[in-house]
Amino acid sequence: MVVCAIKKGAFRKYFFLNLYMAASVVVTIVRFRVLTSYGFTSSEYIYLYYYSDALLTIFLYLALSSLYAHVFSELQAERYVRFGTLILLAGTALFSYGVVEQSTTKLISRFVVELSQNLYFVGLVLTYVLWAAILKLRETRARLVQIVLSLGVYFSLFAADYALRNLYPSMRSLLISFLQVFGCFLPLAWAYAFWRLPEEARTVPSRLAVVPR
Amino acid sequence: MMAGIILACSVVLLLQFFVSYCRSLIAVSSKRVLSAEVKDVTGIQRLASGDDFKRVMQLLQLCPERPEDRNGVQAIGAYFRLLNFLRSTVARVVPSMQAWTESERGHCAYFAAVALERRISFSRDMLAQQMDS
Repeated sequence: MVVCAIKKGAFRKYFFLNLYMAASVVVTIVRFRVLTSYGFTSSEYIYLYYYSDALLTIFLYLALSSLYAHVFSELQAERYVRFGTLILLAGTALFSYGVVEQSTTKLISRFVVELSQNLYFVGLVLTYVLWAAILKLRETRARLVQIVLSLGVYFSLFAADYALRNLYPSMRSLLISFLQVFGCFLPLAWAYAFWRLPEEARTVPSRLAVVPR
Repeated sequence: MMAGIILACSVVLLLQFFVSYCRSLIAVSSKRVLSAEVKDVTGIQRLASGDDFKRVMQLLQLCPERPEDRNGVQAIGAYFRLLNFLRSTVARVVPSMQAWTESERGHCAYFAAVALERRISFSRDMLAQQMDS
């Protein structure tokens, strides 16, 4: 996806999206190295997995806030978006801390896992709000619309998988294996958007909505 | 309880995003005009029908796969199955849904025909490169 963005001259414009994808590649390589050196059940791998997952989730959250900045760029609202992003991130962190506060052991590790899960759900809600804003503001940039929609699909898949794991703990291992498949969706969809759609391509988002507006 | 609410919300949002995403893929391809050759092969002249989809997909599978198209083709395949499901269930009760699903199925077939055209030209380019080398 990063290669497609560089080739199409969109690396700087969508910097946070590319940062997230580049970080995902680095994290995957480091995880693989630790996995082969220490093993799947080692504490080194488990710590690395959850801490890097939280870091990636924060990067994805920043990528989402940069999409907000793109959509609201004509309203000169970048400063407010940045401020709102930080407030919401701090609020989610505080809420997560509140949930794990009672734990006596491994407080930081539990906090990291909780923050990561909560940020995914906040991300899903924020993506839906962004899609509503796109429809309301009649945003026509086809590439931006497709990036936001694919992010919405990705967040929804993860949230549904997370909820199913909680509802059916016996199917946990099967549901976790689905995450690997879902994880491929976002880079492929974004690569497609960068490769196939030129920046000047336009679409009518109201026609894409499930309920016509 | 909470997990159930999250599941319900995420499934509703997933459907909403998925349908919009597929329609955005279709909207991009619908602007392309099919070549006379692909029109002959697929039998699609101007407007595609949902019944063409299966045949066009079979033709598509005969051509070498292009990695950048794979995701889109799979997504539209899943969307087509969702439309078939709606057509055989909800659309029987809601008549307006029947026309909508039929038109969407036609758009899916047109998307597949555009993908077929891309794959044919990709295969030709590959063959030309092999001949040159």
